Amino acid sequence: MARIIVVTSGKGGVGKTTSSAAIGTGLAQRGHSTVIIDFDVGLRNLDLIMGCERRVVYDFVNVINGEATLNQALIKDKRTEGLYILPASQTRDKDALTEEGVAKVLAELKQRFDYIVCDSPAGIEKGAQMALYFADEAIVVTNPEVSSVRDSDRILGILQSKSLRAREGQDAVKEHLLLTRYNPARVSAGEMLSVADVEDILAIPLLGVIPESQDVLKASNQGEPVILNSEALAGQAYSDAVDRLLGEDRAHRFLDEEKQGFFKRLLGGRG
Amino acid sequence: MSSPDFLLKGSTVTVVVLELHQYVPDAFPGLLAERVAQAPALFQGSPVVISLEPLSADDGTAVDLGGMLDHCRDQGLRPIAFRAVPEALQSAATDTGLALLPAGGGRGKPLEMPAESAPEAPEIKVRTEQQPVSSVRPTRTITRPVRSGQQIYAEGGDLIVLAPVSEGAEVLADGNIHIYGALRGRALAGVHGDASARIFCQHMDAELISVAGHFLLSDALGDSILRKPAQVSLDGDVLSVSAL
Repeated sequence: MARIIVVTSGKGGVGKTTSSAAIGTGLAQRGHSTVIIDFDVGLRNLDLIMGCERRVVYDFVNVINGEATLNQALIKDKRTEGLYILPASQTRDKDALTEEGVAKVLAELKQRFDYIVCDSPAGIEKGAQMALYFADEAIVVTNPEVSSVRDSDRILGILQSKSLRAREGQDAVKEHLLLTRYNPARVSAGEMLSVADVEDILAIPLLGVIPESQDVLKASNQGEPVILNSEALAGQAYSDAVDRLLGEDRAHRFLDEEKQGFFKRLLGGRG
Repeated sequence: MSSPDFLLKGSTVTVVVLELHQYVPDAFPGLLAERVAQAPALFQGSPVVISLEPLSADDGTAVDLGGMLDHCRDQGLRPIAFRAVPEALQSAATDTGLALLPAGGGRGKPLEMPAESAPEAPEIKVRTEQQPVSSVRPTRTITRPVRSGQQIYAEGGDLIVLAPVSEGAEVLADGNIHIYGALRGRALAGVHGDASARIFCQHMDAELISVAGHFLLSDALGDSILRKPAQVSLDGDVLSVSAL
């Protein structure tokens, strides 16, 4: 049975799309057929992060409106076997997402894929609510700062009250915390919340901690999910997170300040 | 996002109860009309529960329920249920199609009528009372975190939260509030004025605490209390917060 995973946060700019791309790619790398859906209608970004922006012909809204078939709209990823992207429409707005339409498309995708990753838009309005409505699991992306944590808390409340599972009284949506842009040095300096602080406030299981890194920005600009860069700490951290998502036990890494070696210091080491 | 077609909920409504002490078929319509005339607006279309509780066992057999309902309806009342129907009248009451309620325990207060020196009608007393749909109001227990933007209200009773209450969340109760996770949001006890209500928590970091409308903001919490187990109670007009 296909699992629907929403990647959400409430707050914008915390790394939802980066995380959707990395986790979707990671799932496909491990042999699970996966589709990543961009729910950010009107502010399409996933195609850029995945490097397939020039291959978008039809989009999610076209499929909902019956103007294109799923096969026409799905973009096959060229790097990772078994990975597809369903891009958002750039010329429409969130009202184009209807519950019936989304349900229909998801039902069809469920026949074909093991995992459906829904990249949610920011906010708590219709677009975000549609992205999380059908979810079985939720990855809540949070930065270690107070406003992001509060917005994550808010979205967790919406997951509990407004998701289909909540409405129908089924088992609750399984929640995961993904802490991104984590900088242990700044945590030590008291400029950032620690993992423990965030866990204490949100009280949900920790899926992973992604260290703040130039590699993430570089990967985004190149249209290549950072998880494909196994040299990068952020890429390794995403790999660990995907393993944990699949039920494997991985110790959390990158939580403490890296001891910088002489050469690295000399060369102005990068995370 | 479509909402479900319906929800089933327990609810409490106030209805007029017509307590029948004895039924004299010839006198009843006149007495009822007289009573209704005192406050026509109050009774027009008003749902009424007919309580047969005060009827003595002997009278019980003689009441013509159908006829009585007709008289009530003639006066603009809308009978919705019988309460405490005696054994002998059970089948007749069922035949009327109205709901049958169990005995109510005799609470309730006489309905305030517009002052007028109307002659007392001994056979009919009209009282309003809280008609409990579920007669107990249990303590409400919440086991999941109360998130920012959520509001939980324990109506008529106590609230127990076995998880954190986040910043921006609000928990309210007519009675006491017990929080076994961290309290970072707002907690309001005794919201309907119960000054004896208290708030107990394991980790006091509230944005706002209130008992019976008297409130304190987080600035007012001293270091001896902050992030520690604490209780909040109303001492006269002053809200007092003390370590547990």
